Amino acid sequence: MASKLRRHENRDGITLVLPVVLVVAAIIVVPIVWTVVLSFQDARYVDVARNGLFNELTLDNYADVLTAPAFWQALLTTVEYSVATTVGSIGVGLVAALAFRDKFRFRAPLRAVMLLPYVAPVVATTFVWQVALNPQYGVVNAFGTQVLGWEHPVNFLASAPTALLTVIAYDIWRYFPFAFMFLGAALTGLSREIEEAAVVDGATPLQKFWFVVLPQLLPTVALLVLFRMVMAFNEFDDVYLLTGGAAGTQVASVRVFEQLTGSSDIGGASATAAVMAVFLGVALAIYLRLTAKQREAR
Amino acid sequence: MSAVTVQTGVLRVLRVVVIVALVVATVVPFVYMLSLSFVRIDDLLREPLRVLPALDRITTETYREVLASEEDGGYGFARFMRNSAIVAVSASALTVALVVPASYALTRLRFAGRSQISWLFLAVYLFPTIIIAVPVFVGFQVLGLGSSLVGLVIAYVALTVPVSVHMLRNYLAGIPESIDEAAVIDGASRFQILTRITVPLAMPTIMSTALFSFMIAWNEFLFALLFLSAKQDLWTVSLGLTRLADGQEVSKTVLMAGSVLLTVPIVILYGVAERALTEGLTAGADKG
Repeated sequence: MASKLRRHENRDGITLVLPVVLVVAAIIVVPIVWTVVLSFQDARYVDVARNGLFNELTLDNYADVLTAPAFWQALLTTVEYSVATTVGSIGVGLVAALAFRDKFRFRAPLRAVMLLPYVAPVVATTFVWQVALNPQYGVVNAFGTQVLGWEHPVNFLASAPTALLTVIAYDIWRYFPFAFMFLGAALTGLSREIEEAAVVDGATPLQKFWFVVLPQLLPTVALLVLFRMVMAFNEFDDVYLLTGGAAGTQVASVRVFEQLTGSSDIGGASATAAVMAVFLGVALAIYLRLTAKQREAR
Repeated sequence: MSAVTVQTGVLRVLRVVVIVALVVATVVPFVYMLSLSFVRIDDLLREPLRVLPALDRITTETYREVLASEEDGGYGFARFMRNSAIVAVSASALTVALVVPASYALTRLRFAGRSQISWLFLAVYLFPTIIIAVPVFVGFQVLGLGSSLVGLVIAYVALTVPVSVHMLRNYLAGIPESIDEAAVIDGASRFQILTRITVPLAMPTIMSTALFSFMIAWNEFLFALLFLSAKQDLWTVSLGLTRLADGQEVSKTVLMAGSVLLTVPIVILYGVAERALTEGLTAGADKG
């Protein structure tokens, strides 16, 4: 009887998956391919509207991208921002997961509350941060000048080192719940027996964490690093909404957006995006190679 | 004192400090948002440090102003909310309709190209959304979907499908295949198995998948910005809030009321389905 089902397995499988694949192909894969093609063309909106994909091919965009100091600056900013938010959000998430590991009163509702920054609309939370940090009417500057005795209000989001640091702080705030959620689930899955054995052998709590708990969490941490790096590297909303890319916060995707909307340089924007994707791909390959040994060891 | 007792004592205190600090850091921005939404703008400008308004100065005028339509001197958030609701509900319903059969096939059936599909969905995340958004926008303009809610819904479905497939597939992989086989012996067809057995069994996860894509669609900003900027009557709440915040003319506390209206539906839904959602997202994390 079961063989009757097996007979049409290939056909049925493809039929059931096809709609999803078509949607993803049409909305995501085709645009990516199109981007790659456009990056080899000297295209403005008018050319694309008139000729579609068939413009003259050229390497000029890549030459322009790779020789523009602003591109390298954006790349550097993106790397700084990605590494800082990844390390920060996973670090805070790990501390939070450990603090919430053992039961205490109100643990479940408080844990739910801690995920709010991650689920709340990014437009609303960035707006709240902007207002809170505003030099004229923001509560942070009011507190700083009136209580802490700052001489001047700090224009956090519009002046150089603070803007990038604030964006990083915001993203740690927004994304630590993500790491907290995953590490919390991983901690629940650990067997307590090894830890109890370590305690019987006289391990201090810190030794227990370092030699017993942390090694077991490393696979989850490695996965989170991968997730967060990729997401941070391509992040647009948070930076654009907080600073618009001003004051040394122009990360790559904001630069792409400005090339598109500001100078409507589609070819240049596409080339920037393609170069960034190559960088990310290479970084991922190196990372997977480096962590491959550990994964095999398990 | 031994190292064990010292560390245990210090960590016990530190743990309480950490929990309190994290909860405060998480909650305070939301309290600030809620509180400022009831403040008159001149009170805020006069006393920025006063976060909680005096009882007799509380106003709900901010909400009236932000919700009312332009003709009534407001900013049209009621209409933005309706647009957002239409987009988010349609995107979430369509996502579920597409993802349930696909995840079933990916966990139960062997067919050509099955393993490539997982790679395809992963590769999608290597590229910034901005670079997907522009060709999609140009393509939709050609098809006449450019500045419409329909176009936005299609884009959101594509954005949420890869993660949704991942969530649901993990869950379906945990349901024993022998149930399917028993149904086959009773003469059930593939379609009957899917609708009468798989869907009811996976209902909790299907619901959390639906919620997840609703949230993504409700919160999304970049596509709305590219597609609908020029059409104010189609703005979603996220887009409306950013557009109005860019100018100087709208008072910040009125926009704070707008932020509350943008956030509350998400918080309510999340409150209802918190557990299902986190379990769905982290499925498989404990197995390493």
